Amino acid sequence: MNALPQAPVTRERGLHLLREMLRIRCFEDRCVQLYGELKIRGFLHLCNGEEAVAVGAMQALAPSDAVVSTYREHGHALARGLAMNALMAELYGKESGSSHGRGGSMHIFDVSRRFYGGNAIVGGGLPLALGFALAQKLQRQSALTACFFGDGAVAEGEFHESLNLAALWRLPVLFLCENNLYAMGTAVEVAESQTDVAAKARVYRIDAATVDGMDVFAVEDAARGAAAQVRGGGGPVLLELRTYRFRGHSMFDAQLYRDKAEVEAWQKKGPLITLTTKLKSLGLMSEEDYQRLEREARAEVEAAVEFAERSDFESVTQLERFVYTERAP
Amino acid sequence: MSAPLTYREAAREALRAALTADARVFLMGEDVGRYGGCYAVTKGLLQEFGPERIRDTPLSESAFVGAGIGAAIAGLRPIVEIMTVNFSMLALDQILNNAATLCHMSGGQISVPLVIRMATGAGRQLAAQHSHSLEGWYAHIPGIRIVAPGTIDDARFMLAAALACPDPVLLFEHIYLYNMEGELTPGLERVDIAHAAVRRPGRDVALITYGGSLPKCLAAAAELAAEGIEAEVLDLRTLRPLDDATLMESVRRTHRAVIVDEGWRSGSLAAEITTRIMEQAFYDLDAPVARVCTAEVPLPYPKHLEDAALPSPARIIATARTLIRGGAGTH
Repeated sequence: MNALPQAPVTRERGLHLLREMLRIRCFEDRCVQLYGELKIRGFLHLCNGEEAVAVGAMQALAPSDAVVSTYREHGHALARGLAMNALMAELYGKESGSSHGRGGSMHIFDVSRRFYGGNAIVGGGLPLALGFALAQKLQRQSALTACFFGDGAVAEGEFHESLNLAALWRLPVLFLCENNLYAMGTAVEVAESQTDVAAKARVYRIDAATVDGMDVFAVEDAARGAAAQVRGGGGPVLLELRTYRFRGHSMFDAQLYRDKAEVEAWQKKGPLITLTTKLKSLGLMSEEDYQRLEREARAEVEAAVEFAERSDFESVTQLERFVYTERAP
Repeated sequence: MSAPLTYREAAREALRAALTADARVFLMGEDVGRYGGCYAVTKGLLQEFGPERIRDTPLSESAFVGAGIGAAIAGLRPIVEIMTVNFSMLALDQILNNAATLCHMSGGQISVPLVIRMATGAGRQLAAQHSHSLEGWYAHIPGIRIVAPGTIDDARFMLAAALACPDPVLLFEHIYLYNMEGELTPGLERVDIAHAAVRRPGRDVALITYGGSLPKCLAAAAELAAEGIEAEVLDLRTLRPLDDATLMESVRRTHRAVIVDEGWRSGSLAAEITTRIMEQAFYDLDAPVARVCTAEVPLPYPKHLEDAALPSPARIIATARTLIRGGAGTH
C-alpha cells in the first residue's frame, strides 16, 4: 500500500478528534441509562472502545463519498455528521428520528449525508457497497464508498464474493474491517482458520494493511492513505482496524466468553485514554481542555435526549407507510 | 401485421429497447455477455452495447444482486439476471433483507429501482434444482413487486414498466415459454404492471393463472368450449400486489374458479387467491374454489413423472368439468 506521510499531531487536530470521540462515548453512555429506563428498546449494540475507528476513518471521507455501515453504527453515524437529535430520536422510535423511527438503533440512515445504514445482517452491507462504488465508477465520479464491517462478516460468503468482485472490477471501495476480536461471543480464533484479515484481502489481490484501531491518529493516517489510493483508480483497499469492544455485544450479554482481565487490559489502552495521554504529554491539551470538551459533549447529549423526549410517536394510522416509494423517483 | 417472434426474442427486444432508451440502464448476471445468456435471451447484446453495460458476473448471486441494489439506490437502473429461481436462494438475503426492506427501514429515504429477471418453472426435465416455481414465495414479501409475463406482448413490454417503477420488481420468465411464438399486438407500445387481464372471456368458470400455465389454460379452455363449457382465462400478470378487483369481477361473472399455479399447493399463491375469493366473493360462488398445482414433490427428472407432477390441460379440464357438473375437486 502507498503510505502517505503521517500528518503532524497538532492541538487543533487532536482536540477535533477528541471532541468527536467524546461525543460518541457520552452519547452511548447515556444510551445505557436510557435502556435501563426502558426509553430505548430492541437490540442496542454499542461501540464503546471502538470510537477511534469511526472518527479516524471518517476524517478521510468527503461529503460525496458513500458510507455503508453495520448494526453497531452510532459512532459511524455521529462521526459522519448525522444530527445527534435525530439519532437519539431514532433510538426512541420517534417520528423525528433519522429513519422516521422505523429503523431503531440498528438501522440509521441519512441519504443527505450518503450514510446508507445501518445493516443488521452480518456481511449484508458489502454487496451494497459494491453497487454504490459501481455507480460511482460508471458515472465517472471521483467519489468512493467506505464499507464498515466487523470481523464476524469475514466468515460470511458475502465477504468473499464482494472482495473478489470489487477487485475484479476495480471498484472504488474502501473496505474497513472493524476487528474487535469477537463475533458476538465467538472469538476470531474460534471462527477463522486464518485470523489475519488483511492476508485474506491480499488473496483477492487487494492492497491491505493492519492498523492499531485504538490510535485515532494511526487510523486517520491509514484511512487517508488508503482513500487516496482508491480515488486514484487502483481499485479497492482494505484496512483491518484492530480494536476492542468494552461493553457486551448488545444489552443482553453476560460476557461468559471472555475474562474480565482481558477487558481491563484493553481498557488501559482504550482510544480515549491513548489520545488524551498523548495530547497531554505533548503539551497540546490541558485537563481543563478535556473537561470542557466532555462538558460540551454531555450538553449536546442532554439536548438530544430532550429533543427525543419532546418528539412524537408516529400515528398508528401510518403503519403501512414506507413499504413502497411515496414520491416520484 | 408484425412478423411473428418468440417470447425469447420479445424479451431480448425489451432489453435492447431499455438499454437504448436510458443510459442509466445496464444488465448484469451470470453468462449474460459472452455466452449470450443461459436461455439465449441476451444473445448479441454484449456486441451491441459493450462490456460496461452488459456485465458478466462471477457466480456470486449475493454479491451481484446486492451490487444491483446499491447501484439502483445510487441512481442507475440495473437489470440483474439470475439464471434460475432456484439460484436466487443464494441472493435471498439481499432480496429480502435489503431490496424489499431498505425503503421502510430508512423511513422512506431510500428507493431501490431495481429489476431482477429470472427464469422459473419446469417442463424441460431439469430435475429438482432447476425447475421450481418459487415466485409465490417472493409474492409473500412486502416491499417488492412480482410480475410474470405470460404472453409475447408482456415479454416485450413488461420490462419497461418494471424499470419505470421506483421500487424493486422481480420479473419471472417461464422457461417453457421461451420458444413460444406469436405476434405483437399491432400498435401496442406499453403495458402496465398493475392489472390482471382476461385472455379469453367466458361465463361458466374462471381459470385463474399466470406465466407458464397461461397457454395450458388457454388450451384447456379451447377444449372445454368444444363440449359447451365457456371458460374464462384470467392472466394475473402481477403476483404482488394482486389485482383483486379484476380477479373478483371474473369470479362474480363465472361463479366458479379454478386456480392454476405451477407452485406447490401448500402455503401457495393459489392458497392466497383462494382465501381472497372466500373473503371477497364467497356468496357469488356456485362451487368450491378448486386448485391445479404441482404435485408436492421436488421435480423429478424422467419426463413421464415430470409431466404427471405439473398442471396440464387434461387436469385443468377435468377440474373444471367437476366444478360445473358437481362434486368438489382439487386435482
